[in-house]
Amino acid sequence: MAFTLPDLPYDHDALEPYVDARTMQIHHGKHHQGYTNKLNNAIEGTKWERMPAEDILSHIDEVPNDIRTAVRNNGGGYVNHKLFWTVMSPDGGGAPSGALAEAIEDTFGSFDAFKETFSSTAGSQFGSGWGWLVVDDDGNLHVYSTPNQDSPYMKGHTPILGVDVWEHAYYLHYQNKRGDYLSNWWNVVNWDQVAANYAEATS
Amino acid sequence: MSNQPEASVGRRRVLKSLALGAAGLSLTGLTACQDSESDSAAAVSLVTTLGQSTYPFEVPPLPYAPDALQPAIDAETMRLHHGAHHQGYTDKLNAALADASDLHDVPLRDLLADLEQVPTSIREAVRNNGGGYYNHALFWPSMRAEPEGPSQALTAVLREAFGGVDAFKEQFTAAALDVFGSGWAWLARAPNGALRIVQTPNQDTPLAQGLLPVLGIDVWEHAYYLNYQNRRAAYVEAWWDVVNWQQVEANLPSEQR
Ligand SMILES: [Fe+2]
Ligand SMILES: [Fe+2]
Repeated sequence: MAFTLPDLPYDHDALEPYVDARTMQIHHGKHHQGYTNKLNNAIEGTKWERMPAEDILSHIDEVPNDIRTAVRNNGGGYVNHKLFWTVMSPDGGGAPSGALAEAIEDTFGSFDAFKETFSSTAGSQFGSGWGWLVVDDDGNLHVYSTPNQDSPYMKGHTPILGVDVWEHAYYLHYQNKRGDYLSNWWNVVNWDQVAANYAEATS
Repeated sequence: MSNQPEASVGRRRVLKSLALGAAGLSLTGLTACQDSESDSAAAVSLVTTLGQSTYPFEVPPLPYAPDALQPAIDAETMRLHHGAHHQGYTDKLNAALADASDLHDVPLRDLLADLEQVPTSIREAVRNNGGGYYNHALFWPSMRAEPEGPSQALTAVLREAFGGVDAFKEQFTAAALDVFGSGWAWLARAPNGALRIVQTPNQDTPLAQGLLPVLGIDVWEHAYYLNYQNRRAAYVEAWWDVVNWQQVEANLPSEQR
């Protein structure tokens, strides 16, 4: 059973002006499609085909040597982008409420302090990578970044919010100004989805 | 004032750089420089001159107009790449080193070849931005508009090492396409003289692997995204049209040319 590229939950231009339509088209239709195809090629005919991609990543050490790097890179690319589309929305922005808001305040001091930590963490990931808000085994929140397509699932953590800081995520519109991309990106963060991810990860 | 890596450095300066002693490089390089054809005479080993440069570092000027490499590389990409990215690495490298006065006289090559000597508080910044400074300074002169093909001598070197110029290009291209994420592919020279194709992630340099870079291609997405987007293969293919083979040859130690 091959993995398929999930549909975007909104139109390509829905996140304008913060994320431009052309970037969305290429990012989803080329980059995410590419990771999907390469993941399928890597695991074709193996037992890993029958496992959710997130579970493959949490067991990455058990994946045979000859396909491990391909699975790590493309499985990561598949899962990371799958989450990424859903944590953005044209109706996004603002701030979380409820249990997630409380947990963020408890962990980071305030929502603004969290945003600052998250932005600077993602902003200073050198090269390609992601910035994350994750839930660990004990239900605690953490912010960190990962290089390339490495996934928090590889550490046994559940990502509930992620931002892509590969240059392909912003270069057409922002060029070298990653900081501008990151500050604008908060306008499209889908906090309802992040809250649902948090509830599921802590249940 | 740091040594500015330039494509056309005066002969006196070449002498000075070489006399300062680049590890493993022979002084007979000067003779080779004088005797070779006009184009190769203008190209001096950037690996030598750049490696000698010290704090504070300055972005070397582009050796051609930003639109000179079109259609392989578009002018807007060149402007951003040189004026924003390379400038950014340079500024951050200088900022990282500003208070480390005992490193101000250490040649860039030695800094990057032995990062252990850099205090841990700034090691990552020097690794990333020093590498970014160095790699891009090598990159610009390794390209030119309407280049000549490799000389007979360089062709012979590539034939011996890789089976031929086409075989070399094929293996180098495969390495460039295979870099996952941001990084570089290189033709590099081992201390025993062997030529190898290697990859480095992000802005890591071959120097840190004990190798001297000879030719590198930037495969960070910023190097090609405006014009090629996700099609890195098309970028690499077009890039071969602007490779400055005379500079590649000049980057090899004279005994190898
Ligand atoms: Fe991406
Ligand atoms: Fe670059």
